[in-house]
Amino acid sequence: MNSREQILSDIRILKIDNSELPAIPQFEYEADIIESFKTSITTNKGEIISEEALMDLLESGEFVNVYSASESYSKHSNFGLPEDPHELKNLDLAIIEGDFGVGENGAIWLDDSKLGHRVLPFITEHLVIVVDKTTLVPNMHEAYKRIGQAHSGFGVFIAGPSKTADIEQSLVIGAHGAKSLRVLLV
Amino acid sequence: MSINKKVGLFIPCYVDQFYPNVAISTLELLQKLGCNVSYPMNQTCCGQPMANAGYERDTVATTQHFLDTFESFDYIVCPSGSCVHHVRDHAPCIEGKETFQKDIQHKVYELTEFITDILKITDIKGTYPHRVGFHSSCHGQRGLRLASSSELNQPVFNKAKQLLAKFEGLEWVELSRKDECCGFGGTFAVTEEALSVQMGKDRLQDHISKDAEIIIGGDMSCIMHLSGIASRNKQAIKFKHIAEVLNEAII
Amino acid sequence: MNHPVQAAKFLEDKSNAKWHDETLWFVRDKRDLSSKSIPEWEKLRELASGIKDNVLSNLDSYLVEFEKNATKNGIKIHWAKDAEEHNQIVLSILEEKDCKAIVKSKSILTEECHLNLYLEENGVEVVDTDLGERIVQFLNQPPSHIVLPAIHLKKEHISEIFHEKLQTEKGNNDPYYLTQAARKHLREKFLAAKVAITGVNFGVAETGEFVVCTNEGNADMGVHLADTHIACMGIEKLIPKREHLGVFLRLLARSATGQSITNYNSHFRSPSEGKEIHIILLDNGRTKQLGREKFRNSLKCIRCGACMNTCPIYRRSGGYSYGSVVPGPIGSILSPGIDLKKHSTLPFASTLCGSCSDVCPVKINIHEQLYEWRQEITKAQSSINAKSIAMKIANGIFSTPFAYKISGQIMRGSLKILPESVTYSNLNTWGKERDLPELPKQSFKDWYKNKGNE
Repeated sequence: MNSREQILSDIRILKIDNSELPAIPQFEYEADIIESFKTSITTNKGEIISEEALMDLLESGEFVNVYSASESYSKHSNFGLPEDPHELKNLDLAIIEGDFGVGENGAIWLDDSKLGHRVLPFITEHLVIVVDKTTLVPNMHEAYKRIGQAHSGFGVFIAGPSKTADIEQSLVIGAHGAKSLRVLLV
Repeated sequence: MSINKKVGLFIPCYVDQFYPNVAISTLELLQKLGCNVSYPMNQTCCGQPMANAGYERDTVATTQHFLDTFESFDYIVCPSGSCVHHVRDHAPCIEGKETFQKDIQHKVYELTEFITDILKITDIKGTYPHRVGFHSSCHGQRGLRLASSSELNQPVFNKAKQLLAKFEGLEWVELSRKDECCGFGGTFAVTEEALSVQMGKDRLQDHISKDAEIIIGGDMSCIMHLSGIASRNKQAIKFKHIAEVLNEAII
Repeated sequence: MNHPVQAAKFLEDKSNAKWHDETLWFVRDKRDLSSKSIPEWEKLRELASGIKDNVLSNLDSYLVEFEKNATKNGIKIHWAKDAEEHNQIVLSILEEKDCKAIVKSKSILTEECHLNLYLEENGVEVVDTDLGERIVQFLNQPPSHIVLPAIHLKKEHISEIFHEKLQTEKGNNDPYYLTQAARKHLREKFLAAKVAITGVNFGVAETGEFVVCTNEGNADMGVHLADTHIACMGIEKLIPKREHLGVFLRLLARSATGQSITNYNSHFRSPSEGKEIHIILLDNGRTKQLGREKFRNSLKCIRCGACMNTCPIYRRSGGYSYGSVVPGPIGSILSPGIDLKKHSTLPFASTLCGSCSDVCPVKINIHEQLYEWRQEITKAQSSINAKSIAMKIANGIFSTPFAYKISGQIMRGSLKILPESVTYSNLNTWGKERDLPELPKQSFKDWYKNKGNE
């Protein structure tokens, strides 16, 4: 018997009585979704940024290599999407459009269709995600309803910049992924 | 509760031997509250120390003895959450007597829950002009749910506090860690001596740093451990079982 | 391993032990605040527990469904009965890719399989990329906590090892500075690795996808730059449907650190063009644990670490005192199932206070299982060795003078019905740092009798 058969048969032989799968109820959500989204992003050490502030930032020259996956900011994009994702290592700023955001925790859903390369939002030194206010959902249950059965090879909820507290529980922003996350609500 | 109901006093073996005043206070308190209480003389240990040490199977005879001793009572009341938790939830099943055992298990109550839930007394009038810290013993708190757990998202309650808080002059100390274990843990107190003592010291410090004058507890086992450490370290804080406090303070 | 001995050692460094206790308590405190901000918290725990009950009662069909869907998505599924087979599968993939250096993000399962050691013995360089794991890897240590692998180390110590390994300035203990040094060092590793290994937080039977959660982004940096992604997954990590992720992701980070969610929650469903994803489904004792009814629901664990942070024992004895891959309360109910003899002291490293069960996001009755393991251990040991630890433990409480005095009176009565092993011993551990209560003039029983009662 190969291991697959062995494992399955070791389980089947136990004949465990079926335990019903519980249904997930509809949970109430009273808070203002936009406000809680903003608070969540800030708590996660991200930053909510205004359109003007983003423009100032883009024009400040602080970021040398900028790639915008968002049409709206393509004129600031000076870095073509390389064929080899490793070449993204010199990217200073990526601007991406998020699919939708989640009020209770600031998570923003991005998937293959938005990324070009999957590594983009992680390898870039700094990250801007543009989120349409009207797409915000209150909690993770609604988030998965919204994703529904959509099929993408890769999807990610990003809720803040890369961070760690592995040295004496001192919070440090910028571990391996993007050192900052700025979210523009439009 | 009807005054005619018979209440059997279940006194943990170490309380009988070391803390007779706790047992006397329990008896007097229940009498003051109008109960018809008696103490069956041939009771022994409930078997908890053995069961928690991994020998539950060897406590069948002890359990059988307990059931026989308390069979004739309407309620069985004990000033220890830990022993009640054992009788209710851990005593080995006595084959052939399952229903009988279940009936008795349903009649066993820890003292404070008996007062609040069965006697339905929540407002005892009394005076206790002291600054007190309360030690929530884990087996009573999480085993019998005598108080809410800080881990759970639930309404806050504490049956002991419900009885004590209204006493005139009593100041209730809020602890930094309101329901952390003191480190007694039965066999743990000796098998993990170093940890047990450190946990006890930490618990004491929480009370002392809040200027508690007396630590009140519902289980003398935890109190024995804490007071043992305090006494060794010449810490002046005093200790009382809640039965003693209620019995002293009640008007 | 002997927990009491290791715990006593840990407590010798008083200030470090106090720091460890207070730091983890702080994490629990954050978890409390976070969980209390969700009115339906307790309902979520119930749901999570119920979903996992359903999974464990239909694990075979969910595994088959997961395999079918993942395969359809272009993922290659492997099955491993034990650690050895798991490691061989990993190595064979690496050999096929001619890969001699890999990056790995946090996976307790690969710790369980001692994968690093195996790969290194076979000439493969393994780089753990979670910062805490990289730190302990530099020191040749296992993680001391499943979520906070280097929580037992102080920054001075980390600074020293970074100075040695990464040439950071001597004496610069600044966590930001040290983290940036690790970032630079690990970037090179990420950019060079052809194969990346991750663990799995959740596998979804309905879609064949799996989810990996990190705060550092190390899992994603590894897998998206590599050509091959190997995901190592215990068979119990399955959940039925995608919608169930909503329940678990709400619970996981809040329980672990008090965050509302981890900053990166990646859903892998199919490989990018030209790349490969492999999933290794590992048993390694899980089906055995599934067959132990009393201990079955230990398999619900989602590895949040909350039981460690809340445990008054763990906080004051450190992860290494347990001598098991998964330390703390959950480890103490998982490990005896793997090696009862080796881990026989662990179920006794508890006061049965129950905090672990109340904090657990999937409602594992951890302290009840500790109690049950004690029963199993004494049974097993009485047939192996009469002077075993458990017997000593049972002796313990009655070994003290006070207990001896008890036996002088009332216990004499109960002696007839108690096992002899619990009635005497020559240890006197109670009195080392504790006084005994003053012996009263008479017992309650005597007082009661004297009052004219019979």
